[in-house]
Amino acid sequence: MTDLTPVLSATWGLERSWNYDTYCANGGYEGAKKAFAMAPADIIQAVKDSGLRGRGGAGFPTGMKWGFLPAPDGGPRYLVVNADESEPGTCKDIPTMMNAPHTLVEGVIITSFAIGSNHAFIYVRGEVVHVYRRVMKAVQEAYDNGWLGKNIQGTGFDLDVTVHAGAGAYICGEETALLDSLEGRRGQPRLKPPFPAVAGLYARPTVVNNVESIASVPAIIAKGVEWFTSMGTERSKGMGFFSLSGHVKRPGQYEAPLGITLRELLEMAGGMREGHELKFWTPGGSSTPIFTDAHLDTPLDYESVGAAGSMLGTRALQIFDETTCVVRAVTRWTEFYKHESCGKCTPCREGTYWLALILRRIEAGTGTPADIQQLLDTCDSILGRAFCALGDGATSCITSSVKLFAQEYADHVEQGGCPFDHSASALFDYEELPRTAAEEAHA
Amino acid sequence: MTYDDATSATLVNEAAAIMARYPVKRSGLLPMLHLVQSVDGFVSPDGIQFCADQLDLTTAEVSAVATFYTQYKRRPNGEYQVGVCTNTLCAIMGGDEIWRRLSEHVGIGHDETNEDGTITLERLECNAGCDYAPVVMVNWEFFDNMTPERALAIVNQILEGKDVKPTRGADTVATFKDTSRVLAGFPDGRADEDQGAGVATLAGVEFAKNGAPVSKEAPKKAAPRAAAKAAPAAKTGRGKK
Repeated sequence: MTDLTPVLSATWGLERSWNYDTYCANGGYEGAKKAFAMAPADIIQAVKDSGLRGRGGAGFPTGMKWGFLPAPDGGPRYLVVNADESEPGTCKDIPTMMNAPHTLVEGVIITSFAIGSNHAFIYVRGEVVHVYRRVMKAVQEAYDNGWLGKNIQGTGFDLDVTVHAGAGAYICGEETALLDSLEGRRGQPRLKPPFPAVAGLYARPTVVNNVESIASVPAIIAKGVEWFTSMGTERSKGMGFFSLSGHVKRPGQYEAPLGITLRELLEMAGGMREGHELKFWTPGGSSTPIFTDAHLDTPLDYESVGAAGSMLGTRALQIFDETTCVVRAVTRWTEFYKHESCGKCTPCREGTYWLALILRRIEAGTGTPADIQQLLDTCDSILGRAFCALGDGATSCITSSVKLFAQEYADHVEQGGCPFDHSASALFDYEELPRTAAEEAHA
Repeated sequence: MTYDDATSATLVNEAAAIMARYPVKRSGLLPMLHLVQSVDGFVSPDGIQFCADQLDLTTAEVSAVATFYTQYKRRPNGEYQVGVCTNTLCAIMGGDEIWRRLSEHVGIGHDETNEDGTITLERLECNAGCDYAPVVMVNWEFFDNMTPERALAIVNQILEGKDVKPTRGADTVATFKDTSRVLAGFPDGRADEDQGAGVATLAGVEFAKNGAPVSKEAPKKAAPRAAAKAAPAAKTGRGKK
């Protein structure tokens, strides 16, 4: 049995855990103190050596990303924190910022010092006002205590942090769309290259990192690379949040070494809800191909999940039991991608539109056998042909579910409707009524 | 209709404060749209003109941005934005039924506002509270583990003019306008208000501390483990299927 390793979550639940004093009383800002005594290049090297990989889904090595910045040319360079947590199933950065925003602020200070940035931005999604309050307050406290502003702690290093609220757009979690949004534009992804490291915010060298990645930096610096690399697997080092949601007894945030399995996590979470069994789950959010009970023992690290045909993503484990209609689940995710497609590129804009139409009619029982093949063909026309990863992500749940649950799709077509009682999946009792005219219209 | 002199003067000052946060002033557009929403209750034609004037943009350029983001409303919004998450996980855990009951009860559909302007209903996409599904958001505060009855009770409180209390968040839900003002980056001094971290948020922390009453074969090594302690040994050699 793997043990949990609360690091970022260690102080959650303490009295006023979000406050500067609580944070400092529990080892806060020790990493920053240590970092200021190091050469910036050594901090970057330490993060490289730690093997920390991006916790926002893509898993790109964080230190390597920092290392891509060109040599200083006297002009500004920026750190931008992606706090636009919106991937369906993902719910780890929100509690981090709500309960321990100083882990993020301290990470921002260390990272900015390492990469030579004097202005950092934290782009928080707009739909979480209390989180925004807490992050703004933490930044203010950092200014008040001499951790931000001019000549920080007498080091001569200056840093300003701007906390910025988005306004509701999933696509802004894509790093270049986020940069456009932060520049006051529609959040649409940019053509890469140039990558943000070369031409990012205001076309200046920019590092964009996820909240959890940046919040992991203080502990790496304070406790050392060896401490961090002692956790995890050979190529997936350290700890991370595993966010369990759905039909489990105790959903929630479980901070554990990478490589833990769903079987272990399920045991910690009390198992599936009483009298039910696992049917399918997402290892890393809705953009990652679904898994079944055949993957209970797959180590949840980048390599093993990849080898098993999915992606570790954001470690957002959405767990569904046998009452759940997979066609219903996939249809709803597809409606999400259709809604959130920014419209910039044709494969994604048109593709998600047609996928949603076809899935809706299959779910409603008016699909044809040819529709299922049409879904796969349409996915083929999107995957690898869209401007950014949103389009690719939209196909994941469709292709994986058609493969794993082909009969369920066929049943909808043959039986002329959904064979499942939707009320059986709900966490409260109710009797399912026929859909109203308004609901039909929406569907 | 344009802003009166006093409103206009305040807005100009606040817009200047927003622009000062960024090296390039156009970056202030998103917060500025939240700001005009805090005055008008939506992104009004006046608001668009105001942003355009402050940022030396055309109204078309401002509208292009405003229409891209779902939080900017093009019609006067209700005092309380009540959103039901109907993305897959919440929908299946009961969000669809909660939505049906709320919509029926208030008598309006998605993105519609009731007659007295107290409530706007919205079918939400994932709001990052999945471990508390099904989730309802009121003015972007969390209402966790909802049932139709609980959600209806919240809506009734709003309809009766009473304050509502989120599950995780401030002591009471601020109005749509006041919330928009916070999102424009003007703190309302309520960051320390707290309803507790939440059971799901602490599930792993509690398990690490106490172990948990899982089953007879509960893990033996669920010993307390403070983060500050020595490195936990990495487990290797895990069997693959």
